[in-house]
Parts: sequence; structure tokens; C-alpha cells
Amino acid sequence: MTLRSITVRRASNLAATFLMGGATILVLLPLVIIFYHIVKMGISSINPAFFTNIPQPPGEVGGGMANGIAGSAIMIGMASLAGLPVGIFGAVYLTEYGTGRLATVIRFSADVLSGIPSIITGMVAYSLLVVPMKGFSALAGSFALSLIMVPIVLRTTEEQLKMVPATLREASLALGVPLWRTSIKVTLRSAMTGVITGILLAVARVAGETAPLLFTALGNQFWSKKLNEPMAALPLQIFNFAISPYEDWHRLAWAGALVLVVLMFGLSLAARWLGRAKHS
Amino acid sequence: MNSTIRKKNGDSVFRAITLLFALSILIILLVMAVEMAVESMPSLRKFGWGFISGSDWDAVQGSFAALPYLYGSVVSSILAILLATPLSVGTALFITELAPYKVGAVTASLVELLAAIPSVIYGLWGILVMAPWLQGAVEPFLVKHFGFLPFFRGAPYGVSMLAAVFILMIMIVPIVTSITKEVLTAVPSSQREAAVALGATRWEMIRIAVLPYGRSGILGAVILGLGRAIGETMAVTMVIGNTPQISLSLLSPGYTMPSVIANEFAETTTKLHASALMEIGLILLVVTLFINFMARMLLWSVTRKWKGGVA
Amino acid sequence: MNCKLSIRDLNIYFGDNHAVKNIDMDVAENSVTAIIGPSGCGKSTVLRSINRMHDLTPSARVTGTIMLDDSDIYGRNVDPVTIRRRVGMVFQKPNPFPAMSIYDNVIAGYKLNGVLKKGEADEIVESSLKRVALWDEVKDRLRTGAVELSGGQQQRLCIARTIAVKPEVILMDEPASALDPISTLKIEELIEELKSKYTIVIVTHNMQQAARVSDVTAFFYLGELVEIGETRKVFTNPEKKQTEDYITGRFG
Repeated sequence: MTLRSITVRRASNLAATFLMGGATILVLLPLVIIFYHIVKMGISSINPAFFTNIPQPPGEVGGGMANGIAGSAIMIGMASLAGLPVGIFGAVYLTEYGTGRLATVIRFSADVLSGIPSIITGMVAYSLLVVPMKGFSALAGSFALSLIMVPIVLRTTEEQLKMVPATLREASLALGVPLWRTSIKVTLRSAMTGVITGILLAVARVAGETAPLLFTALGNQFWSKKLNEPMAALPLQIFNFAISPYEDWHRLAWAGALVLVVLMFGLSLAARWLGRAKHS
Repeated sequence: MNSTIRKKNGDSVFRAITLLFALSILIILLVMAVEMAVESMPSLRKFGWGFISGSDWDAVQGSFAALPYLYGSVVSSILAILLATPLSVGTALFITELAPYKVGAVTASLVELLAAIPSVIYGLWGILVMAPWLQGAVEPFLVKHFGFLPFFRGAPYGVSMLAAVFILMIMIVPIVTSITKEVLTAVPSSQREAAVALGATRWEMIRIAVLPYGRSGILGAVILGLGRAIGETMAVTMVIGNTPQISLSLLSPGYTMPSVIANEFAETTTKLHASALMEIGLILLVVTLFINFMARMLLWSVTRKWKGGVA
Repeated sequence: MNCKLSIRDLNIYFGDNHAVKNIDMDVAENSVTAIIGPSGCGKSTVLRSINRMHDLTPSARVTGTIMLDDSDIYGRNVDPVTIRRRVGMVFQKPNPFPAMSIYDNVIAGYKLNGVLKKGEADEIVESSLKRVALWDEVKDRLRTGAVELSGGQQQRLCIARTIAVKPEVILMDEPASALDPISTLKIEELIEELKSKYTIVIVTHNMQQAARVSDVTAFFYLGELVEIGETRKVFTNPEKKQTEDYITGRFG
């Protein structure tokens, strides 16, 4: 047997090692660069005014994104009101009763649904709410966001519920507790921290969504007084300021991005901390 | 009424409500598909196949044809996934095969972090940092050294197909990497041991035992990444230049399907205009549904595929 | 007979756990040595040190020397890749590469290590499969998937794959324990034939199997080599009481 050169084989191995390491560095590089820019460009515009004032015309000082932050909070809150129960209890159905084909189809569809571009969700919310209501509104925006939340919350909740040991359920049922009560008070409760983790992550995801709000909530330069009016949202403002030609507004956009990223990071950290607290 | 009957009623009501909530997924999908189809009808009827073969998009004249947007979406997404795949697989291999456990875990977390950055923030960075850099440094370089190729002709604007490809690549790498990492982790250690016992170097082991075993899963990950790229809206809209033209040059501004919807939908003046945009949305929906379906099928079958044969 | 493997002062640690202690043993060329002992006694650990599989485990530390002919496989500049071509291994659960055909599986190791001349591959595949008595069963479906074979056939395929790279030593880690009795018998017959060309070290929890196939038996207990000797002697007239207790079934 003529042996292949071990040096050549070692060299290929080394080359492959460098390529893998190189790929990793290239992949992580944008993370460093983007965060660097967000912090560097955004930090200078973070001041109390940012959180209390609405945007000013370019050239004037004291502009902020208060209405966007508030608007995002309101719409996410409303979206959660609708989306969370549907997602959570839908997951309960899948874990308690769902062994048949229907359950598999639903699971598969939830995965597929979460891959649909969010702009389409916006278009659908437009047809269903904006058109009949004859105007853009926070309600339509919340509706679009809730459509995005449902499949995410459903899948994460289901995963958490599946981890609850069967013996817990069986013990409760054996004691004569009805199934519906067992589901809520035993299964759901014991999975609660995990479920909340999933919720926080879904909220973090939805907080950054812009496309579905473009023609539902539309955005608002001022404070919104009613829910059936257009409403500002943080990602929408970032978008509009970023594509504007004004330096002031660019700075505000960076600041908004910094706030958004910090909020999302905070939510993920809270989610992870919760997850760890459960197991300690 | 005795407690058994009350229990049964409570249970059946509960079951009905939760079933309804679970079915909402299917209802949402159905409603989306139906709405998009119905709203596209006027445009579908008026333009027929000409909608995807023509390039004339004129809101004033009332004639709409979407080829430039299709072209922009297809080109930007395919180029992005071509660039992203080696980077993603390389990174996933780094995490599972090369790095010590802790380093791998940290790298994986950083990749997840990249996946969590919202599209609009990628766009912000893209338009204010990356595009100027492309315009000032990269594109002139490309024109100077590769300008003989039709892909690198024209004035550097920064905002261009190239910018869209880059930003898309950065955005889809995390998801392809994460899924590939899962796939590679699922390769049994007995496979790796078999290769090592035959005298394989690490790369040879990866080449004969790990990658072939995971190839369906990796393909699924790549297809999923492609689907993501096609649906990306905000970041692309902010860096692609939003000019409906079909050009071979990557330096030219372009336009994608989600971008034209994002830019025009809120301000449509005629019903036909809105319907044409809906039709683009319908195409987008069908394409992404199909791609996601294929990818998920591949990934769902990966968990079952090798369990059958190996004892 | 020549001493093919010579283990001196072998100690293996997993983190703080001193799993294998002070092993001294010789393995003669073209012999079959069985390593027996209760679960957890370190048999597989010792076996895997002979082809440096522990290099893959970050927490493992191996000290001592293992001489393969006249060079220490744990020597300073020794590349484990070269060792593993000379010392092959067959695992407990058959592990053919599912993405490859039977043909490709057999030639896989050879392709990595050796230069293939034209037409050589067919010869190598045929002779390897014939040696493991698998050729007649699969010769008409060489290009079909390896996972379609039965468990016993897959294991023989793995042995064919191992011998295709022309090793000098073959390590077997409970090669038949996942197989049915008939396949087990076939494997044992195979071992008897293979020993004329290779040196075989086999770990087994099946004492009868050890008695049937091996020339030398080594009894391990709690990480130590308790007794090693000619198989017939170890099973009929062992020197240590521990050995006798294990063999007569008083424990393990």
C-alpha cells in the first residue's frame, strides 16, 4: 500500500481549520462593528429629552422619541392581550389532546407561518382592519403584531409544556381534578417560568418589527389620542429618520436603535435569567 | 347535577376553547392566503401573465408589471445565500468540531445575538455606515480591478444590489448557522469514531462522516435561509436604492418585491395600484410558503432518516 | 512469537478519576487476546488507549508507554493518525457510513490513507469482503446503501472496512454484543481466521466467547490487570482468587 503523504493530509487539515476559524471571525465581525456603531453614534443623543419629547423638525434641539417608545409599548401590550392567550392555550390543546394528524399539521403550519415575511402580515391586517375602518390605527398595528406573536408563543409554550413530567399530570388526574383544571393549575403552572421566557422572547422579537406597522399603525409625528388613530412606534421612527436626509434625525435614529437594542437585550437577559432561576 | 357531569362539561368546554385557539394557526394561514388572493384579483385579471414578464410599473398610467422586482428579489437572495452558506457551515463546524466546549457555546450565543437584531437596525447601519463605505472604498476598487466584467460597471452609489446582497448575507448567516449547528450536533459520535479509527484527520473525519450525514439538514438550513432572504424587507429597502431596473451590474440600484410594497403601499391612490401591490405580495407569499414548506419537510425528515437503517 | 504490543506502566485518568492503574501487558503477534472483567473495570478504556482514541476526550490523560513493534505510540512526535492506520478498531454497535454504499464504505479508509491506482479499488473491496465472508451476500448490490444490511452483515462490513487499510492490529470492543447468536458465531469464526494475518485484542463481557476465541486472556478488575495468561489456564486453573471468583460467576 502506497501511503498518501501525511504532510499533505496535515496541511489540508490545517487549511480547513483556518477556513473554519476564518469563517467564524467573518461571521462575528458584523456583530462587533454594528454594536460599536450603535453605541458610538447613539449614546450622544441619549438624554432625558429623548424619553420625554416627541420628534422636532430638523434643526431644532430637544427632539426625542417618546411617542415612539410609548406607542410601541401600547401596541405590544395590546398585541399580547390577544396573542398570548391564543398561543398559550393553543399550545395547551396540542399537549393535552394533540396526538393526531391535526396536531402535527398545526405544529408544522406554525413553523411555516413564522417564516412568512412580516410585511405580508401587514398587508393582511390592512385589508382586514384599515380598509373597513377607513384609516390607519394602532388597533390595526396591534392586530398585525399579534398575528406574528401567535405562532411563536404557541411553539415555545408547547415545548415548555412537553417538559412537564407526565407523572405530575397523572397524579393530579388520579386525585380527581378535572382535566381542564389540571392543565391550568398543574401543567401550565409548573412550566410557567419557561413559558414566560418564551413570551419575553416573543415580545422582544415583535418589538423590533417594522414592516407590519408601515401600513397599519402608519406612525405618528405627535402623540396619539385614540386607538383608532395612527400611532408612532420606535422601529418606525428609526426607519423614517434613517432614510431622511437630516443629520439630526440620523442621530435620533441611532439613539432609537440603541434604546431598542438595550430593551431587547434586557428582555432576553431577563428571559435567560428566569430560565436559570428555575433550575437552580 | 353531580360532579362527574360538571367535570365533563368543564372539560369539553376547555377542550373546545383550546382547540379553537390551536386552530387559529390554520385560520390565520387560510385568511392570509384568501385575503391576498382576493385583493389581487383585479390586478391578476387585468394583467395576467404579463405581470411577471413586463417591466413597466407606472402608477399614473395604471399599468403594472413586476419583473424588475422579481429580478431584484431573486438575484439578491440567491447571491446572498451563495455567500452565506460557506460562512455558515464553516462557523457551525467551528462550533461543533473545532472549538473547545465553552468557546463553542459562546460563539453560538453570539450568533444568536446576531439573529435577534431587528431588520430596521441592520438597515440603519446599512444605509449610514455600510453603503457609504461601499461607495467610497469597495465599489471603486471593484470597478478598477474587475470592471471588465459586466457585474461591476457603472457609477458607485453605495446603495445598490451589492449593498443588498451584503446586508442580506449578514442577516441570514445566523439562522443558517444555528440550524446547521443543530444538524451537526445530531450526528452520532459513533460516526465520528468510525472515521477516526480508520486514521482520518479532523478535516477528513468531517468530510466523510459528519457532512455527508448532515447533508439533508444542511440543505434544509440553506433553503430556509433563502426563504428568509426573499422575505427581508426593511434592511433591503434601506440599502438597495429602490430603482426598478434590471441590470447585470451589482453596482446598480435595484428593487425587490418586499421593498416596493413597503415604499408604495401606504400611498396608493388607485384600487388597481393597491391590487398590483397585493399581487406582488401574493407572489411573495406563495414563494416563501413553498420554500418554507420544502425546508421544513427536509428538516423534519432529517430526524427520522437515519434512524431506520443503522443498528 | 514476536511481541507485537507491549504496554508498560499504563495509567489513564479522566479528570480526577484514576480509571486505569499501572497496566503492564504484552500481546504476541498473530494472537487473539481477550480482555474480560465486570462492567466498569476499564477494559474498553484500555482498549481505546491502544489506538489513541482518548486523544478525542479533552478530560482524558494517558501516561506510560505502549510499544507497537519497537516504537512508542505515545511518543513525542508520533501522529495518532499514522497509528490508527496500523491499529484498527471495530465497535460494539456497527457504524457503517449511512451516506455511502457498501462499496464506498469498504474503500473509505483506504482512500484516506493510501494512494489508489486504477482498478485497485475493485480488488481491494472484493478481497476485503471475501475475507469477512460477506462477498457472496453482497456482490450483486455493492452500490446499494450500507444501512440496508442486517446487523450482523453491517458488523462484518465494518470489519471489512477496517482490514482494507491493511492494519497490523485489530481492536474489537464487544463486537458481537449487539448481534444475534448466529451472527455472533460468524464473527467468532471470522476472528479465528483473521488471526493468521492480524494481531487481535478483543474486549468481551461474554466469558464463553473469550474462552472460545482467544489464545490469551487478561482479567481486569477496578482498573487493574489482575491476571493474564494462556486462556485455557486462566479458565481452568487461574492463579488469583479474584479471577476464579469472576469466572465461576460469584460476581460480575
